[in-house]
Formats: sequence, C-alpha cells, structure tokens
Amino acid sequence: MNTIDLTLKIWRQKDNDSLGNFETYTLRDITTDMSFLEMLDVLNENLTKEGKEPVAFDHDCREGICGMCGAVVDGVAHGPDKEVTLCQLHMRTFNTGDTLVIEPFRSRAFPIRKDLVVDRSAFDRVIQAGGYVSINTGGTIDGNAIPISSETAELSMDAAACIGCGACVASCPNGAAMLFTSAKISQLALLPQGQPERKKRAQAMVQQMDAEGFGHCTNEKECEMVCPKGISIRNIARLNREYMKGILMGE
Amino acid sequence: MELNAKIPSGPLSEKWDTHRFQSKLVNPANRRKYKVIVVGTGLAGASASATLGELGYKVETFCISDSPRRAHSIAAQGGINAAKNYQNDGDSVERLFYDTIKGGDFRAREANVYRLAQVSGNIIDQCVAQGVPFAREYGGNLANRSFGGAQVSRTFYARGQTGQQLLLGAYSALSRQIKNGNVTMRPRKEMMELVVIDGRARGIITRDIITGEIQSHCADAVLLCTGGYGNAYFLSTNAMASNVTAAWRACKKGAGFANPSFVQIHPTCIPVHGTFQSKLTLMSESLRNDGRVWVPKDKDDQRPPSQIPEEDRDYYLENKYPSFGNLVPRDVASRNAKEQCDQGKGVGSTKLAVYLDFADAIKRDGEETIFRKYGNLFQMYEKIVDTDPMKDPMMIYPAVHYTMGGLWVDYNLMTTIPGLFALGECNFSDHGANRLGASALMQGLADGYFVISTSVGSYFGSETMAPADTTHEEFKTSEQNVADRISRLMRNSGDGPSGKVTVDEIHKELGRLLWDNCGMARNKEGLEHALSRLPDLKKEFWDNVYIPGTGSDLNQSLERAGRVADFLEFAEFMIRDALDRKESCGCHLREESQTEENEALRDDENYSYVSVWEYTGADNEPNLHKEPLVFENVTPSQRSYK
Ligand SMILES: Cc1cc2nc3c(=O)[nH]c(=O)nc-3n(C[C@H](O)[C@H](O)[C@H](O)COP(=O)(O)OP(=O)(O)OC[C@H]3O[C@@H](n4cnc5c(N)ncnc54)[C@H](O)[C@@H]3O)c2cc1C
Ligand code: FES
Repeated sequence: MNTIDLTLKIWRQKDNDSLGNFETYTLRDITTDMSFLEMLDVLNENLTKEGKEPVAFDHDCREGICGMCGAVVDGVAHGPDKEVTLCQLHMRTFNTGDTLVIEPFRSRAFPIRKDLVVDRSAFDRVIQAGGYVSINTGGTIDGNAIPISSETAELSMDAAACIGCGACVASCPNGAAMLFTSAKISQLALLPQGQPERKKRAQAMVQQMDAEGFGHCTNEKECEMVCPKGISIRNIARLNREYMKGILMGE
Repeated sequence: MELNAKIPSGPLSEKWDTHRFQSKLVNPANRRKYKVIVVGTGLAGASASATLGELGYKVETFCISDSPRRAHSIAAQGGINAAKNYQNDGDSVERLFYDTIKGGDFRAREANVYRLAQVSGNIIDQCVAQGVPFAREYGGNLANRSFGGAQVSRTFYARGQTGQQLLLGAYSALSRQIKNGNVTMRPRKEMMELVVIDGRARGIITRDIITGEIQSHCADAVLLCTGGYGNAYFLSTNAMASNVTAAWRACKKGAGFANPSFVQIHPTCIPVHGTFQSKLTLMSESLRNDGRVWVPKDKDDQRPPSQIPEEDRDYYLENKYPSFGNLVPRDVASRNAKEQCDQGKGVGSTKLAVYLDFADAIKRDGEETIFRKYGNLFQMYEKIVDTDPMKDPMMIYPAVHYTMGGLWVDYNLMTTIPGLFALGECNFSDHGANRLGASALMQGLADGYFVISTSVGSYFGSETMAPADTTHEEFKTSEQNVADRISRLMRNSGDGPSGKVTVDEIHKELGRLLWDNCGMARNKEGLEHALSRLPDLKKEFWDNVYIPGTGSDLNQSLERAGRVADFLEFAEFMIRDALDRKESCGCHLREESQTEENEALRDDENYSYVSVWEYTGADNEPNLHKEPLVFENVTPSQRSYK
C-alpha cells in the first residue's frame, strides 16, 4: 500500500463575523487509496486526540452526488482532478512532500459559517424564484402521452445533472451563479413540460440571482473548468436567449 | 401498546378507494388552521411537504443538511419501479404487488403493498410532469430496465442518477411551496426530541447545527421522514448523516418499532479496503442486467481474471438459479457471495470480493452501448479502485444498505402515537424482510405524494384537539432534557483527551459488533454475545468519549456523538429482534433455520407476524408485541428463484 506525507495549510475561521487565518498541519503515512475527505478525517481524529478542535467541513453522500462537500485546493475548486467533487478526489493524485492549501468556497453570496463550511442557501432562493414546473400533485397525464426524443431527454439530463455544490461560483472572478442557474433553466426549457412558464422563469431566476449578490458573467469560463458534473457553458448561452426572449415578448 | 393496523375491509383491489371515500376531509378554507411538521426532505419528506402545502396546510419542514436538496435520497442510482406495463411484457398492479410481497418473503402487509403497486403509475406521471428527464427510447417513449426479483422490465431511470432527479423534482415542488409561503423551510436543524401532549404528537425540539440553539416547534401533526438506520453498522452505503435519532426518540416516547433486525445487505458494493474507510459505495443493482457474477472454481487460483479461462470460472448465480440468474433478489445474491468467500473462493487482496464481469455484454452490445448505460458507475468505480471495469471485471462485496425495519405504522402511516406519522424508509411498511431494488424510491414518493394527504386530512377531520403552543410545560421539560443530554455528552471533555476515546472509535466498535453478529448470517450464540457486549460499550462511551469544542456552535463531533449514543441504545432492539425470530426470512438468515441448499427457511406457523418493540425504560427489557400477518390473496410459499 502506497503512503505519502503531506503539509496542509487550512483556513480556520470561527464564524462569519470573526477573522480567519491559515493553520499549518503535517500528516504522515496517508494511504493513497484514501479519498480527500478520509484524509481530512484522519487529520480531525489526530486533532481530537491532541485536544484541538477539528476542521469543520461539509459532506454527506461521499460519492459525488449530494453537492454538500467542496473546498478550494491549491486554488482550484474541488482540487486538481477533472470532473470530480472533493469527496471523489483521491490521495493518489498527490505526491509525498506536497503542501496543500485548503480554503472554503468564497463568494459574497456564500457567507462562511465555520472553517470550510459555507452557507449556499442563496441557491435555494434562486430555485424558489422559478426553477420548477408549476403543477400540483395529481391530475397529471400519462407519462408516455407526450413523446420526448431521446436526444432531448439526454440534453436535458446533461443540464439536470448539476449538484448545486457552488464550485462554479467559487471559481468565477465575478462570483457569478450563471452556470448553476442556466443548468436549471436549460433542463426545463428543453422539455415540453417547461414551456408554459419559460419566459417568466428566466426573468424571475435571473432577478433573484442579482438580488443575492452574485456577479455578472463575463465569459471567463472558469466555472465550466471546475464543474464536477461537466455542465457546459452552452447552458449560459441558452439562459441568455431565454432571458432576452422574455424581455422581447414583454413578460 | 395496541396494534390496530386499520386495514380497510372489502376486496384487496378496492380497499384504497373505499378507504379514501370513507376518510374524513378537511374543508379547504380550514386547512390553513392546521400546522404540520415534516422532519426530513428526502423523497418522502419533500414530496409530503410539497403536497400538504399545495392543499393549504401550514407546513414547517426540517432537515440536517444546508439545503433540502441534499437529503440521502439524492444518492439513489438505479431506478424506480412502476406497474405501467409499457413494455407489454405482462406487468400489472397484481404482478408488482405479488413480486413485492414475495420479494419481502411474505413478511409484509398485503393491503399496504397493494396500494403501493396501485399508485406506482401515478408517481411516474407526476415526475414526468415536473420535468424529470427520465431515459427515453429513440421513439420518445419512456425507457425501462430490469431489476432483481422480477421477470418484467418495469424500472424507470435517469442514467445512474434516478434518486437525484426524483429528489430534485420533489425539491422543486417544495421550493414552489416555500415561495408561495405555504411551507417554511428550516435547514440545518436536527430534531432531538418528540413532544407528546395528552397522548398526541404535538411538536419537536431541534438543535440548530450552526448556532447550537435549542428550539421548540409546535404543530397539530408530526411527520417523520428521516430515513433509515443502516449507519448503526458504521460502514454502510448510507450518507454520513443518516441516523436513527428521530425515530428512536419517538420510540422512547411511545412509538412501537417494527422489525428492527430487518437490514438489507446489498450484494454489489465496492469492497472494504482499509481501516480509514468512512463509507461504502454502492454499485447499482442495474449492473446485474449485463454483468455476470463469478469466482474462480479453484480457491487457490492466483491468476488475474483475464487469464482465467471459462472452464475454470464458476458463474454460481447462473448455475444455481437458472431462471433468475444474476437477477436474483438482493438477499439471495448477498448470501451467495458470502458463501463463496467463506469457501475461500473470494478474490482480491482481502479475498472478500467476487467478480462482476461485463466482457460478454461488451462483446454482445459494443463498448458504446454498455458505456452509455453504466458509464457514470464505471467512472465512480475507477475513481475509487483505480481499475477500469470496461477492461477488467469489477470486484464487489455485500454491504449494509437499507433498513426494512422502522417505526410501526397502520394503514394510514400513523405510528402508535396519535398524530405521529412515519413515511419512507423511516417506517416498516411495505418491504417485509427484503426490499426489491427500485422499490424504496417508489415507496417514499407513494407515501409523500399520494398516501399521507388522505391520512392527515382524516386525522384532523375526525379528532378535536385542544390548542397547544410552545409555552406548554412539555416543551419546557423536553427542551431541558435536550440541553441536559448535550451537557452530559460534553461532560468528559473538560480535562482534555488523554485516556479518552473518540466518537468514531466507539462507533466503529459498535459497527463491527453488529456486522459480525447481526449481519448477513445470525445465530443464537453470536447474538447473545453481542447483546452482552452492549452495556460495556455504552458505558465506555458515556464515561470516556471525548468531544472537542463546545455545545454552542457548529460542532460536528457533538452531532455525531448524539447519533452514536442513540445507535448504541437502539442496537439492543436490533439484536433482541434477531434473537426472537428463530426462523430465517428474507435478509434475516438464522443459521439454525436453513434448507438443505442453504436457502432461508421460513417458519410461517410460528413467525408470520410483525415484531413490534415497545421501549419500557433504560433499565428494562423492551416488550415485544405481535401484529399477525394475514394472507388472504397470496399463499406464502417457499421462495424459489431457480
Ligand atoms: C447508494 C444508494 C442507492 C440507492 N439506490 C436506490 C434505487 O436505485 N432505487 C430505490 O428504489 N432505492 C434506492 N436506494 C434506497 C433509497 O434511496 C432510500 O431508501 C430512500 O431514498 C429513502 O428516502 P427517505 O425520504 O425515506 O429518507 P432520506 O432520503 O434518507 O432522507 C432523510 C431526511 O431526514 C433528515 N433527517 C434525518 N434525521 C433527522 C433529524 N434528527 N432531524 C432533522 N432531519 C433529519 C435528513 O436530513 C434527510 O433530509 C438507494 C440507497 C442508497 C444508499
Ligand atoms: S459529499 Fe456528497 S458530493 Fe461530496
């Protein structure tokens, strides 16, 4: 079994009102089969045994689907590996002697709660503004009543795969949430079920995005680079079209 | 404790209609006067919150994660069953009903399961209407795949992310109700206690995960949608925060707990590979559609899989169960994997794994087709194990996955505490002693979208309740109890960590104890040993656990400690239940009760009942109550998948 030794510089911050700073830790004999979060577990178990407070970090599924985990590692959201979340990043990506700098997802719209834990409820409010089809339970037509081509379903699924982790926001120089918002807008705009509210939806979600303090998109494409689910920035182009249509058609 | 299942009279196929007609309703204008607390935002909780909000009830919804969208349901991979018969392969409500009852080894209630099959089709329609991008055929119709325990193709899916897409559908409906003001969402609040006033559930006490604040919340009914307790075993496929706390607290306040020993061990998970491991990763059952399970015939075979020729391989599932082959139910597949490894034929460095091989499927359908079907699972596997299943067979081993046991509920999903309902994995209702694949998503959504609204309406419509609010003495005492418990957990931490144990150390020990003695195979001796070890483990925890930090801010060690404390108490129920049930059924294999071919041997004469355990105090043994299972429409038979 391969093992490596590491130096970690981790952002520690008590809460949103306190100042934070980097603390340095060393870890020995980390097996390269470990996931990044398991490596942090080892650190936390060590800190606990030394009577120190462990590093707070969010996580739940540990298989890259809940969107709960996330940190910036050496300047890259979710770390150096392509299309993975932090929980899926494995220590075999690193070499012995490496120093890793670990920080929370920073953005005006994501207040820091503690250490690496941030508050992403702004995303929920963007969805609440219109990221749904307004139907109640019951009274729906048969699932096969409206055929949807498999290409359309796949394209919609590509966008729907977003896990709402916030890496896009954390990596954007403007702190924009365009990739996140456009993924939901695309998913619904592509499907027949999303048509009736199409124009209103783009308007409402963009407005909420602005109200939350997310920045504007200036085509930096950093979001696409770090997205663990490979969400394409073509969705942003679709969002812009949907938004313009909404304005032109007077809604 | 009185167990009245309240099964409606009349023929099976008419029970649900009759029941809805006979249930009391609440006038739309009056619904706003009723407040409902929903704990949990998985499929069950999110769908229930949205549906009750749409109907006009005042809903307050709680969850542990920072957003309702992150509940454990998000991780479900393979799919959701429904009796649509879109494939024209002979499916029907009757067949889904029968497969589920048989799959559960005749330990579930007929009426509940039939209703589940009846509403299954509506779930698909509902989700399609919400914009869930299910997989489609080229012609535009919904696609299906097959799952274990069925000979029809009735599983709907969205790549390997079905749970995610269904949950995001329910979350979007929930978000709409939050926006409309019908649902108040309270994320990052953990339920610590149930409040019962005059014998009815009237509220909960929560701890704010960020600030540590302890708060009371009052309502007219409480819905627990808090998921399963597989994490009692430390290692499982469940999300890290999955726990038994909410259900256990309810149990301690008088809710009966049904079949706590019924735990599903899923056959296709990535094997354990180190002591640092924090959780196990499921590889969806859908893989068994195309993957072939095998081990080398010779237990000393050291060759890599690619160099073991056909004649030296044992495709043991295909050989032993020719009609279901690789698609036998989960309990059967898991037990057979264990049997092969026990015989020394396991593969990999730990010898605790079997192969799941896609080579034939790739030869038959081409790389592209197979990758399209399973690509995301293959990538997940490769990330963890560092080998590519397109080239080498996967290695898999069983892992704790799902809990069929849960709070006992009647036909209305009401527990033995009036006004307290349990939905989704949190209840025991539909899966008997073994759940079929793709049926948990179906059940969670059936409960939340289609069943609970009738139950809640009927409860409010037929009972008059005295007004209550959070100034009531019960809330004050419960708040105090929660605060005391937290201080007690933190008590050892004042004088530093030396000589102490961490939360995880105790949790791992409990997990090993349960896995070894109350896991895939159980016997009297092992269970009694585990039972005798529990008091020491509990004492060690309370006397010696070290929790850094304080109780008044974000403290993840404290959160885990609270959950482990409850697992330690609850484990006694699991073990006692396994001891009491001397038959084998479904997931529950008592080594003393097997057929000659090592299949589970049921004893219908003596054990055709639901075990319902009543908490009677910390120092007392729990009481066992029995709900007899009556089969009027199916005849329990020895399950055969040969
Ligand atoms: C990896 C994996 C794959 C699966 N794949 C499938 C599949 O393909 N098909 C299928 O049918 N089933 C599948 N299952 C099973 C299925 O996902 C679950 O049984 C189901 O999602 C449970 O839903 P639920 O709503 O009951 O609970 P959960 O989704 O577990 O939600 C529980 C909720 O309760 C909250 N909660 C818990 N305790 C508290 C507390 N004390 N206070 C406040 N909130 C609390 C949590 O925050 C969460 O919101 C899979 C399971 C796993 C682990
Ligand atoms: S913990 Fe769920 S995505 Fe990482």
